[in-house]
Amino acid sequence: MLLALILLHMLLAAVAPFVGRRWGRATLLFCGIAPLATVVWAATRMEGVVGGAAETSSLPWIPDLGLSIDLRMDAFALLMVALVAGIGVLVFVYAYAYFGDRTDLGKFAGTLVAFAGAMLGLVLADNLLALYLFWELTSVTSYLLIGFEDRKPAARAAALQALFITGVGGLAMLGGFVILGGQAGTFQMSALLSDPPAGTLTNFALVLVLLGALTKSAQVPFHSWLPGAMAAPTPVSAYLHSATMVKAGVYLIARFAPAFAEAPVWRPVAITAGLATMLIGGLRAMRQHDLKLLLAHGTTSQLGFLIVLLGLGLPEATMAGCVMLLAHGFFKASLFMVVGIVDHQAHTRDFRRLDRLGMSSPWRPTMAVTAVAAASMAGVPLLFGFIAKESAYEALVHGGTGGADRWILAGVVVGSMLTFAYSGRLIRGLVSPASAREDTVSAAPAPKRLFLGPAVVLAAISILLGVLPGLLSDFVSAAAGSLDPSAEPVHLALWHGFGTALWLSVATLAVGGLLVVGWKRVEAGQSLTPSWLPSADAGYLDVLKGINRLADRTVAVFQSGSLPAYIGTILFTLMALPGYILVRDTELPELPPVASSATQLVVAVLVFGAAVGAARVTQRIHAVLFLGAVGYGMALLFVLHGAPDLALTQVLIETLSVAIFVLVLRRLPASAARSPWRLGQLVRGAFAVGTGLFVTVFALVASAARTEDPISTGFLERALPEGGGRNVVNVILVDFRGIDTVGEITVLAVAAVGIVSLARAARDAIVGRPEGEDS
Amino acid sequence: MTLALALLAGGLFSAGTWLLLQRRLTQIIIGLGLLGHGANLVLLLAGGSPGAPPLVGEATPDPAVTADPLPQALALTAIVITFGITAFLLSLAYRSWVLTRDDEVEDDLEDRYIARRGYRDDELSDEQAAQLEREREEAGQ
Repeated sequence: MLLALILLHMLLAAVAPFVGRRWGRATLLFCGIAPLATVVWAATRMEGVVGGAAETSSLPWIPDLGLSIDLRMDAFALLMVALVAGIGVLVFVYAYAYFGDRTDLGKFAGTLVAFAGAMLGLVLADNLLALYLFWELTSVTSYLLIGFEDRKPAARAAALQALFITGVGGLAMLGGFVILGGQAGTFQMSALLSDPPAGTLTNFALVLVLLGALTKSAQVPFHSWLPGAMAAPTPVSAYLHSATMVKAGVYLIARFAPAFAEAPVWRPVAITAGLATMLIGGLRAMRQHDLKLLLAHGTTSQLGFLIVLLGLGLPEATMAGCVMLLAHGFFKASLFMVVGIVDHQAHTRDFRRLDRLGMSSPWRPTMAVTAVAAASMAGVPLLFGFIAKESAYEALVHGGTGGADRWILAGVVVGSMLTFAYSGRLIRGLVSPASAREDTVSAAPAPKRLFLGPAVVLAAISILLGVLPGLLSDFVSAAAGSLDPSAEPVHLALWHGFGTALWLSVATLAVGGLLVVGWKRVEAGQSLTPSWLPSADAGYLDVLKGINRLADRTVAVFQSGSLPAYIGTILFTLMALPGYILVRDTELPELPPVASSATQLVVAVLVFGAAVGAARVTQRIHAVLFLGAVGYGMALLFVLHGAPDLALTQVLIETLSVAIFVLVLRRLPASAARSPWRLGQLVRGAFAVGTGLFVTVFALVASAARTEDPISTGFLERALPEGGGRNVVNVILVDFRGIDTVGEITVLAVAAVGIVSLARAARDAIVGRPEGEDS
Repeated sequence: MTLALALLAGGLFSAGTWLLLQRRLTQIIIGLGLLGHGANLVLLLAGGSPGAPPLVGEATPDPAVTADPLPQALALTAIVITFGITAFLLSLAYRSWVLTRDDEVEDDLEDRYIARRGYRDDELSDEQAAQLEREREEAGQ
């Protein structure tokens, strides 16, 4: 059933572009069927999964490579499914209201549902290689979604940047998976994590895996692609920032942390990146005027928070991370939806141009939703975000990492103050008077109910779970338990009594509130950031330039456009690789007799002389005659070897070749002496001698290397009874290896067509020339 | 298998290679012809010692004294195909004469251009356009 749900997504994705032409934006609702079916099915399985019985299904794919599509839905996967599919349904409804009727919505809906399916597969996969497959599928589909407005350079650049950064990380991660799989002897994730390997190689693999997760989740210093990705249509941003894509990295870290957190590389890398991202993202969010960009930087900050919680690998923090994962999904999706509504109705996302839009009466419902979601993000009591932040503080106060506890807690508290501050900035931006001088917007049509509906649903969930968090206790306990069996069940509650966590929450609200009050000063203070600080955007551009320059250099060296250089490269490779192996691995066999007969020796010497002559003379016609002499000499050698058919063919072909040569040569200058050598004569000679030496040694070794009887013994016996011919060579050609001959005839036919066309084109060209110039 | 034939195969390859490494198309074709002869010889040598022609008379020929027919069949195919290629290349040389009055194989100008100037990269210009846009937005603050 798990597989069927993923396939349903892919099926709809394949169908959508076709029905899209007729149905227009209704295709979006049609594609929403897939996540809806997933939600319904997951709800029916919820009781069992929370009880501890994971749903599994397995489909062997390439068993030799250890690659099978093992799917497994335990409680944590169910939590992710709830996010991916639950928010997915709302995003499809929202997108339906967001888009006007466009002709390309079929393509969009198809890509979006494929993206949802890939993310579903990612969180359900229990085989590391299958997980990687879905991981890359989300990268590719997100590339298409971010670059959906493919006429805009900014969208194309943002799409490529996302693909590039997450793709590089994905490749590193694959390397890590392969090493881990080799160390553990299995690619099955549940088996690997229950009996994790350790050691230097494992540590190296973990760094690679972390690289994949941190790029995917836009952690410093790989964060620059996420703000750029807001070039996507807002429904995509809402989905990408809340439930999918960036959550993939968080998901992977959450899975791996309990097993590997004690490895010496894990916490320093993951926690440092997470904390840095939380602080930098928060600071950058506080100087944005574009509402969507503000949220995008906010997302990187929150992702850092999630990485810290889930990357610690401590049971309590894991539990808090699960709560935070849900809370963030709900408030971030609804905030993006609201910003999309503002953008859609007021045609700007820049709050300096919005003149108290949130205060006008038709916008009150929208503003209420925004306030709830932003307050949840800020961690205001009675909302779900508060519960999440409270349990995070609680977990971090207890700690468990030793000396780093204090720093982690301090970083998270400061990060949360910043979160409060930019949440407030978002609200103030919507309700304050415009600060821009022109193009201000003071009134805009309020959104339709269906447009606002999905955001209302999410805001309502934030309130419900904020007031009655106990509803989630069992679910979250089971989810954390499936990540880390040592996690003890919790009872989520609004009131935990007076403790350090509560005082930290109070401090967060107080300092955050102060930052909101002085929002202009905070913003101005940031312009003091020295401009020489390295920026991730500039770094990305430099890397891109560097790669292109490297590619140009490589092309300049290897694709010089010179034929002798190409042939020289091929010959060099021949001598360097097979030649080296020939010299290293084989012993020269005993030298064979000089010649089988005096005649053979004489003919061989003559043929060699003719070949040297063909190479040395400068008159073209002389060279051709020498070539003919080589050919007739070869025919003699064939006769001596016992191959009359070959000799006959050789004589015929040689005669024909010389005739054609003469036909062409009568046009060309008689002497070929002026030919400018590109390679020095010495190098040219070295290549010639080297190749000849290689061939001689190869011939000696190869003919002495026979270990089996030739298969042609059977041909000799079967030629007459089966092939009906007495000339065994002929029977082989037309019967035993007849297909070869068909191929040969085809080659000749193709060559003939080419020759005729070239000759005819040439004749036309001559006719077209001015008179007198033709010879 | 004799030393003379092994050396001859090498000699044919040497002469052929020598002719390949220059720019006259007709000389290149002659070089290819020499390479073809050398390759046929190697094929034949790999088949073992010379012997009686593989013809079926009154009785089945004795494999011990008969030349191996299979390499012969392969070499025969190779001879014919080499001829096809020679003829095709010669018509190219003819075409080259029609267009340039010469048969010199010149360097590919496009490749030279890329080697000197580098390739124009669309993704770079996209990224630069996007950055400009960002800077303009920030300047508008």
